[in-house]
Amino acid sequence: MTKIAWLGFFFAALTLITGASVQVAAAKDLTVQEIVDKTERVSYYQGKDGRAKVSMLITDSQGRKRQRQFTILRWDQPPPGQEGDDQYRGDQKYYVYFHRPADVNKMVFMVWKHVDGDDDRWLYLPALDLVKRIASKEKRTSFVGSNFLYEDVSGRNINADTHELVDTTQNYYVLKNTPKEPEGVEFAYFTMWVHRSTFLPVKIEYYNDRGEKYREYEALKVETIQGLPTVTQSRMKDLRVGGETLLQYRNVQYDIGLPEEVFTERFLRRAPTQYLR
Amino acid sequence: MVRTVLLWCFVFLLVCPCLGSAAFAQDEPPLPAGLGSEPSSEHDEPALPAGLAPEGKTAEEPVLPPGLTIETGAEQEPTLPEGLSKEVTEQEALEAKEPIPGPLFEFSGFWDARAGLRTQEDPHEKGASLGETRLQLQAETHSQKTSVSLTVDLLYDPVLDRPCVRLEEGDGFVDLREANFVLTPAGFVDVKAGRQILTWGTGDLIFINDLFPKDWNAFFIGRDEEYLKAPSDALKVSLFAGAANLNFVYSPRLDADRFIDGRRISYYQPGLGRLAGRDAVIEAEKPDDWFEDDEVAVRLYRNVRGYELAAYGYHGFWKSPAGTNPSSGEATFPDLWVYGASIRGSMLGGIGHAEFGYYNSEDDRSGDDPFIRNSEFRILAGYEQEVAKELTMGVQYYLEHIIDYDDYCRALPANIPKADEDRHVLTARLTKLLMNQNLTLSLFAFYSPSDHDAYLRPKIQYRIDDHWSAEAGGNIFVGEDEYTFFGQFEKNSNIYSGVRYSF
Repeated sequence: MTKIAWLGFFFAALTLITGASVQVAAAKDLTVQEIVDKTERVSYYQGKDGRAKVSMLITDSQGRKRQRQFTILRWDQPPPGQEGDDQYRGDQKYYVYFHRPADVNKMVFMVWKHVDGDDDRWLYLPALDLVKRIASKEKRTSFVGSNFLYEDVSGRNINADTHELVDTTQNYYVLKNTPKEPEGVEFAYFTMWVHRSTFLPVKIEYYNDRGEKYREYEALKVETIQGLPTVTQSRMKDLRVGGETLLQYRNVQYDIGLPEEVFTERFLRRAPTQYLR
Repeated sequence: MVRTVLLWCFVFLLVCPCLGSAAFAQDEPPLPAGLGSEPSSEHDEPALPAGLAPEGKTAEEPVLPPGLTIETGAEQEPTLPEGLSKEVTEQEALEAKEPIPGPLFEFSGFWDARAGLRTQEDPHEKGASLGETRLQLQAETHSQKTSVSLTVDLLYDPVLDRPCVRLEEGDGFVDLREANFVLTPAGFVDVKAGRQILTWGTGDLIFINDLFPKDWNAFFIGRDEEYLKAPSDALKVSLFAGAANLNFVYSPRLDADRFIDGRRISYYQPGLGRLAGRDAVIEAEKPDDWFEDDEVAVRLYRNVRGYELAAYGYHGFWKSPAGTNPSSGEATFPDLWVYGASIRGSMLGGIGHAEFGYYNSEDDRSGDDPFIRNSEFRILAGYEQEVAKELTMGVQYYLEHIIDYDDYCRALPANIPKADEDRHVLTARLTKLLMNQNLTLSLFAFYSPSDHDAYLRPKIQYRIDDHWSAEAGGNIFVGEDEYTFFGQFEKNSNIYSGVRYSF
């Protein structure tokens, strides 16, 4: 079976897809592996870097609303000797600078994502000038109190699930994904509707072991930025407890020439303002 | 022109949903074998989001002129669910709430009010441990190579009724937390000058190589944890190179701790041989000659594949009084050199860290001066892991070892309680997040098996909404003896609660 990591909608805003791969996508004889690889690539890895301003509107089961606003920077570790390789799907670095709510203003969250092994995570607390290291074993916990999980943010491991193509509709590949280690996750499986020409995941449905759908992601709006389809609005719903998180991306840009140095302690302590606007 | 576009959009809106649903119904192939028992309706095909054109429809869509595509994008898409546009509007409304941009500066801050009570009678202090309100205002402006920040607290604190503003000690109704500018004169250099908060090292509430000033009073009475760090008036130069990075911090005049002096927290006074407080406020001879009583702190660090390695050096003074002037009886800040190193990185699914420091008490090299603290080794090792969902646990072991202990013992006056050669401290931190991470329960515990004392910091914090939060907590000290580090504060045990509005 083929495997992928693909809860990449969160960072889909930061991804690129080349015109060439859009056309290739029309071919009918893609294997599951190919679909899954392309989806992962579209979800996380297009382009060498990117940035976006992200707004989150979290509505809890009782209708109370909270907001989060942050700027996110992404940088792909260039493989040695293959800079700009379109097929790259390896380690990455993320820099998340919070604007709102006010009590987290100027806080920074940084991740060095490792495909093999645990990610490195840091948190910078400006009031204390403290660079804190965060233990990152548990990946299926909420990201900043939203309905999105850390694993939605930094990507589910490529080898964690098995994948089957259960349907191909006019617009979608429908994939069913089953975890290899079900005890480590709260879902029994999830289905994913992948748009056939762009490979963007448009809908993801999570089912528990009684076969009930309890969590649902939807891409609500796609914009073409620098020639590349980008999810600019999406929503994650909790169908069990209630509540949802709406995401909006603004000022999305790719290939801005981010230096790797931005993802170091220096720029935790001193925000790289020119990239955060 | 505009009218034509709108007309096309209208026609499109009418026609597209019909086309779309018809196409889906006809073209969705049956489920493959193995899933046959499941009705195909389980796989309700999601509607295409705005921006993704369904196959086969593109030919019928009106071609929008360049430049209008994005603006009208939301209107032309037939598949957005009902009610979405309302939510989007709400979302857009939120966007206006970023830090308040002024003509030059961005402003933010908070208003905070809190009160605390001692849990037992302390004859040397007021009954209220804490009762204050403060307004913190932050202003910041930056360009690509420079930035300026200012953070000032306006404080009303009737417990410590000191109307006279002394910025270095943090006394009075103004506490200037930050007033600095940052320059990047070259790509590999940052310079930060002025009043600033400085922190480095790997310990969690234990500091070995971080010799920047602390405010132990604020920490023990239940102010927000950020007030544990007192500001430094310093110049920080940072050099960044591939091999290693260097921080150099120069304080032209000693930035001492806001140490426990008896004004609001009682302590063990060895000279009196008893607990003391407002009746025996520590008078200290703080070295205060500019550019003579100065401090230098250096850190050389590098990140090797996620492992953070650092070496440290410090030349200055003990940051809290560590000696006595035998003629005046006043507390002194003897000279101090510190050398150390640390490492931090991922380990066994969590974060491990280790740090050590050699404290060279320069004015008492041989360790036989009873009026000056001896040199010490300090060692720390810790580990933190997320042990369950939203539950983090951290543990640390910390050792203070007195060098030349025999000389210390020989020189110590008979009436002064003797410290152990080794002071062992264990710490544990438990943090649990609940209710979408809006409720935080935490406990930090210090326990010394050698001093037989402990210090517990339980806390509960709730974020009411995006602006308001409330918290309650305690600072509980227990000890067998009244002269050990935590034991001396037993009578200062307190509980507090507070509310904050952030903007």
